[in-house]
Amino acid sequence: MNTQKTALYDYHKSLGAKFVPFAGYEMPVQYSSGIVEEHKTTRSNAGLFDVSHMGQLLIEGNEDLVTELEKIIPTDLKKIKLNQSKYSFLMNEQGGIYDDLIITKVEKGFGIILNAACKNNDFKIIKSALGSKFKLTLYNNLSLVALQGPKSSEILEKIIKGISSLKFMNGNKFSYNNKDIYITRSGYTGEDGFEISIPNELVEDFAKKLIAQGVKPIGLGARDTLRLEAGLCLYGHDINESTSPIEANLKWAISKRRREEGGFVGYGKIKSDMNGSLARLRIGVKPEGKIIAREGVKIFSKDNEEIGLVTSGTFGPSVNQPIAMGYVKLNFSKPGTKVLLEVRGKKHEANISELPFYKKNYVR
Amino acid sequence: MSEKKYSKKHEWVSMEGDVATIGITKHAAEMLGDIVFVELPDKGKNVEKEGQAGVVESTKAASDIYTPVTGEITETNQSITKDPSAVNKDPEGASWFFKIKIKNKSELDELMNKADYEKFAKENSN
Repeated sequence: MNTQKTALYDYHKSLGAKFVPFAGYEMPVQYSSGIVEEHKTTRSNAGLFDVSHMGQLLIEGNEDLVTELEKIIPTDLKKIKLNQSKYSFLMNEQGGIYDDLIITKVEKGFGIILNAACKNNDFKIIKSALGSKFKLTLYNNLSLVALQGPKSSEILEKIIKGISSLKFMNGNKFSYNNKDIYITRSGYTGEDGFEISIPNELVEDFAKKLIAQGVKPIGLGARDTLRLEAGLCLYGHDINESTSPIEANLKWAISKRRREEGGFVGYGKIKSDMNGSLARLRIGVKPEGKIIAREGVKIFSKDNEEIGLVTSGTFGPSVNQPIAMGYVKLNFSKPGTKVLLEVRGKKHEANISELPFYKKNYVR
Repeated sequence: MSEKKYSKKHEWVSMEGDVATIGITKHAAEMLGDIVFVELPDKGKNVEKEGQAGVVESTKAASDIYTPVTGEITETNQSITKDPSAVNKDPEGASWFFKIKIKNKSELDELMNKADYEKFAKENSN
């Protein structure tokens, strides 16, 4: 398979990016200042992330579309307001997750942001679930950039007037160089910020304006440490086709009406998980020392019973200690529970922790 | 101390009598990125040339540290386990990893000098 490049590839290169292949794309993993510095800059100032590899899908339709989409996506699409965004999932028959996504009600129907590695498969699944009744467009002429951090609003307002009045998980159409762009106040770092959907031919010019305002470019490395500190799941690691949203501790993302009424693919598993058959839960873990427990590390109880697995782990630059997420048997999931992490054959003491590790600064 | 010698696994060695001080090169530290964890071998342990003798982890991944010479670990630098980021700051100076009482000085002949190592590192960096 040929590796694809985003419209910002040359610009990343000029900014000193180191690239890695990710989901079929050549993506910047870090720039010259390094992951820790990029991470801290995002928490204290503002960082620019190229997330153009992610899928931008538009599904056009009205009430009929709401009915059909609700069969595969467990959020309340009847209640969602124009320009409102929700974090949700594309569900499979077993109650597992094909993908996690952000769905936004737009004038023509729904806009959905999909993970890069899943987007083509998602498209097929959605297409076959909806039939030929609705028009689906997976855009390759649009870029997607995220501006994240406490200074995001102040900086973006200088370039796009009116942006600072957006509320978290809400979006709107704006104009840039006389072209329509769509901006939502959202992100995946645990910070206030925006995601900007913009035509490919304008994205470099737009990115340069942000960099000129003191914004720093941020690579996938810091994106991972930021989302992990914020307790957010990485698809294919913390959630996948065999984890239910309830096991993944993402019950909040299934609207109340949908939890009660069901009527979507995989509801059987969701319902039984909510009614006492839940066997494992996604948790945070903090090692007591400096040891880093990465994906695949086994979790043991203090009596040496194997109780689960780490699904992602790193060093959290803002919390200044190693952090991890994983799944453990339900009766070991209470924050404060002492556990052991087996790293390179040795067991290390750790504690089940509340998520997120880092408190959010969202503007609501 | 003697002039530094370098291994293909990006460690440096500096000799004083029959004791070798070993650390990772500046090039290795740059390639690893921000170092956030260091694990060192136990004092008194006997290690074999090119055997695993520690671990460093960056925000991205874990990497094994190998010893370029055979011998007994006589000292380890605990300051870098307490502050792993010090390795990025001074990898070829204050942030050495461990000292080995070496068994066979001829092993040093197989290592590179600075100029050869720099050429090697340049060719092998991506």
